[in-house]
Amino acid sequence: MTEILIKNGFVVDPLNKIDCQKMDIAIKNGRIVEKVNEREAKIIDASGLTVMAGGVDLHSHIAGSEVNLGRMLRPDDHVKDAVRKTALTRAGTGYSIPSTYVTGYRYSKMGYTTVMNPSMAAMKAKHAHEELNDIPLIDKASFTLLGDWWFALENIAKGDLVECARHIAWMIRATRSYAIKIVNPGGLESWGFGRNVHSIDDKVPNFDLTPRDIITGLAKVNTMLNMPHTIHLHTNNLGVPGNYKTAIETMQALESVYTGDKPIGHITHIQFCSFAGDNWAHFKSGAAEIANYLNAHNHMTIDIGQVTFADTTTMTADGPFEFSLYELGGHNKWVNSDVETESSGGIIPFHFKKKNAVNAIQWSIGLELSLMVKDPWKVAMTTDHPNGGPFYHYPRVFAWLYSRKAREATLKKCNKKAQRKSLLPTLDREYTLYELAIITRAGTAKMLGLKNKGHIGIGAEADVAIYNINPNTTDIAQDYKPVRKAFSNAIYTIKDGEIVVKDKELVTIRPGRTMWLDVQTKEPCRIDDELKRKFKEYWTIEFDNYPVTDHYIKVPEKITIQASV
Amino acid sequence: MTEIIKSVVCPICGCLCDDLEVTVENNEIVKMKNGCAVCEAKMVHGYKSDERILEPHIRKNGKLVPVSMDEAIYKAAQILTDAKYPLLFGWTSSASETQHVGVELAEELGCALDNCCSVCHGPSVMAIQEIGIPTATLGQIRHRADLLVYWACDPWSAHPRHVERYTAFTDGRFEKSEFKEYVQKLKGKASKKKVEAAIRRTQVRYQPPPRPQTAIVEAPPPTLAKTGRKMIVFDVKKTMTAEVADYFVQVEPNSDYEIFGAMRCLVNDQEIDVDKVGGVPVEYLKEIVDAMVNADFGAIFFGLGLTQSVGRFRNIEIAIAMTRDLNRKTKFVISPMRGHFNVTGANTVFAWQTGYPFALDFSQGYPQYNPGEFTANDLLRRGDNDATLVISADPGAHFPKSSIQNMMKHPLITINPDWNAISRLGDVVFPAQWCGIEQAGTAYRMDSVAISLKKVVEAPKGVPSDEEIIKRILNKVRVIKAQKTRKDVTETKNVENKKI
Ligand code: SF4
Ligand SMILES: [Zn+2]
Repeated sequence: MTEILIKNGFVVDPLNKIDCQKMDIAIKNGRIVEKVNEREAKIIDASGLTVMAGGVDLHSHIAGSEVNLGRMLRPDDHVKDAVRKTALTRAGTGYSIPSTYVTGYRYSKMGYTTVMNPSMAAMKAKHAHEELNDIPLIDKASFTLLGDWWFALENIAKGDLVECARHIAWMIRATRSYAIKIVNPGGLESWGFGRNVHSIDDKVPNFDLTPRDIITGLAKVNTMLNMPHTIHLHTNNLGVPGNYKTAIETMQALESVYTGDKPIGHITHIQFCSFAGDNWAHFKSGAAEIANYLNAHNHMTIDIGQVTFADTTTMTADGPFEFSLYELGGHNKWVNSDVETESSGGIIPFHFKKKNAVNAIQWSIGLELSLMVKDPWKVAMTTDHPNGGPFYHYPRVFAWLYSRKAREATLKKCNKKAQRKSLLPTLDREYTLYELAIITRAGTAKMLGLKNKGHIGIGAEADVAIYNINPNTTDIAQDYKPVRKAFSNAIYTIKDGEIVVKDKELVTIRPGRTMWLDVQTKEPCRIDDELKRKFKEYWTIEFDNYPVTDHYIKVPEKITIQASV
Repeated sequence: MTEIIKSVVCPICGCLCDDLEVTVENNEIVKMKNGCAVCEAKMVHGYKSDERILEPHIRKNGKLVPVSMDEAIYKAAQILTDAKYPLLFGWTSSASETQHVGVELAEELGCALDNCCSVCHGPSVMAIQEIGIPTATLGQIRHRADLLVYWACDPWSAHPRHVERYTAFTDGRFEKSEFKEYVQKLKGKASKKKVEAAIRRTQVRYQPPPRPQTAIVEAPPPTLAKTGRKMIVFDVKKTMTAEVADYFVQVEPNSDYEIFGAMRCLVNDQEIDVDKVGGVPVEYLKEIVDAMVNADFGAIFFGLGLTQSVGRFRNIEIAIAMTRDLNRKTKFVISPMRGHFNVTGANTVFAWQTGYPFALDFSQGYPQYNPGEFTANDLLRRGDNDATLVISADPGAHFPKSSIQNMMKHPLITINPDWNAISRLGDVVFPAQWCGIEQAGTAYRMDSVAISLKKVVEAPKGVPSDEEIIKRILNKVRVIKAQKTRKDVTETKNVENKKI
């Protein structure tokens, strides 16, 4: 292992409370260390540059059945973004749903080193892992869709949360997953017969419970299992005008589970559930209401799902949402993909346009939320790739956040009605580099419970990004364009102590790890018998053939968790 | 030594039944439970055939002679690097692990890459790319569907367990099997003997002799309006599947597009001005559409009869459009009956690495997709490629003569377990393990669910997996290419030196 010394950079490391301090970062054996032998170490002169931990993305659809169906669906998307093979790298395509290798390359070039794949149907987990193996350079993990899984619903309905927890633990292990994902709880099961739920207190057909029961039940289960991340929640009524109320009700429902130490729920791509107004004609932002709630409560975290005005592809396990999006008209392709016993899914290509009032308001909502929620540790920057826009548009989002000038420039080009309705002109806040580091690595790593990521203190994994930004000489809010450019291509990216990007070019291709949780419950076995008996009834795969085996993960990182049940 | 292995996956059709119980004695499968007749034929007998290729061969002076693996690998790599534009075709009876390396090889060679999808459900994929598809995993259909439509496909012979495992004859959470009712129905109709024969048929699944064509479509039976599971079959001839259906609609050949069009109108409450469409009285279509709209969950499965008849991908497109419209009234899904056990995997693996499911070209250094241009038959017919590698497929038996003739003008490399038609034509012929019998790996079921194939017996000595062969060819290709560039560099240097 080579030793590396990054000298004289401006270090931005919020988890260690370091804000643009000129200091050296030493790397040895894939870790950040106190010091290295200067004569033997490889020296990177970072004077005038910003040094951060590698980016940690907590929500980006990069692999699996749904993503790949999206790829297959859109030759029109790829043809405009072909990527040539080089001596070092594989060929591939973009645009909104890049092929696996290209996904790894582009993340790495942006200085990102860890990405969460947030929506994995359990039954299709092998597929997701096969694809993750083909995404080089970044560490990754997947969240299993469990909010409409029959075993969970039945146990919650029975009121047996301990049993539910054991089942979930089994499933997390069987699918090699990292967190509990809940999507439109109860809605996906209803969608099995073409219906949906419309409030957190609607009854789920054929099951004796409500979305509220599922959300609070799984939040409790999550605590019992000592999961590093909270439940990862895509709310009911996503994409429906007036749904900010549902989002707030959902957060209120979780208040009772909060014990006061750390957050117990994460609402993902909250932009899509911060809509006010009773219908599309009266569509407006509900960001203020959501932000006020979050500013007054500490049990929730969010990510944004920022719209970037791209010709992109929406994809979610929320099948009924995609169908209602299709019904809004103007779309020529619609995919629905139900998964027995567990989940559903939908895909629609979608072009977010500045001149469209609703799209422009959505763009504004995302930024309003990021700016109005005061504590950046509660916020994660995402575009819900590819839903709001492809991940490599992140630097655009950064610019809108750190530069009022940047967002005004974009707002000026937006639909007039949207301009009038936007709260952005009233918001002066401009993110600092420190805050930006929080919402892109430090905070996200914290939300995920990844102790060795998101910072570059001693002992951390040596995932480092070096950007061509000189905080001493640059007014980032004014000179937002060069800074944006700097973020879109790191000068150096270091992964596990190895330089993978140098002078903005990929120089080494190495596989990333796939993290997964081995959740050990005190009494694990009872569920296996029941699972076996029910398996034949519930699924069309045999019990023995269901779990993801070691074969499917090339570079695993097993994290063992002791559950409290 | 006898060993019973459970939950074995059948590597034959897109159903990928994974509940086989295989008895192995002395490294030989002697018994198999749960699989269908097709499965038994291959798993217990077929794979042991005398036609097995046991060592690599190279054609020398017109005759195939056994050679060492190293020699065959070198020869194959040489052919591929010497050619300007090779075609790599097949892949659908290989594990996804093999397909995975295949893309890398095609990329390295800058050549054409296609899978059998282009000659089966390619039109379905193209239709999906046009308008998407509402679909579901097979279990979702098993649990919920009360109306099943098989269109231009005969699962009884091509996917023998489809109906019993996934649709009409299986118990779901919300819908129960109609198998008993089916027997009742037959009892009402026929003598005891006939019933026994029918039950035997459902177990043994023998192919009935072709029925005489009846031109008249019978009126829908009253059962179409009942609750509970119903099965309707649309086809140009009365197949065994049609035989067990609640209702069989015999359509005129090549009239599917019109019928879908008419049904789509009816789904959308529009009137139709003609009496008959495609030989089917409109009043019958109305009753069928009523049954569809009134179903809680409907599922349509379609086969090659739709993709390979007049209209091609437009047939599928309108079928999907109708299904989509049905979702405004109830829940409906549609799904192609994928044939080879891992054709879905080939689409899947190609797509995640390149964005495109078949019909690929790497000649520009990046993936390009164009069915009709880079599809194997079109390339071959035009004589565009100057070497072919065929893996786990038998175009020798299925491709048009003109394609094969052009293929034979240039070197041919084959990788197949047995001496099928294409292996006999090869210039370099590799043996390979039977994937799913002698080789483990991953396959994707017709509904895109990945399932792990098992290895239950050892392959004959010296017979490698096709994955290993492709990997070795890839490595050799890289070596040869590196040598060539070195040579090129020295040659240009020499030229420059001379100039000076
Ligand atoms: S239906 Fe297909 S997969 Fe199932 S046993 Fe028969 S051949 Fe094999
Ligand atoms: Zn998402």
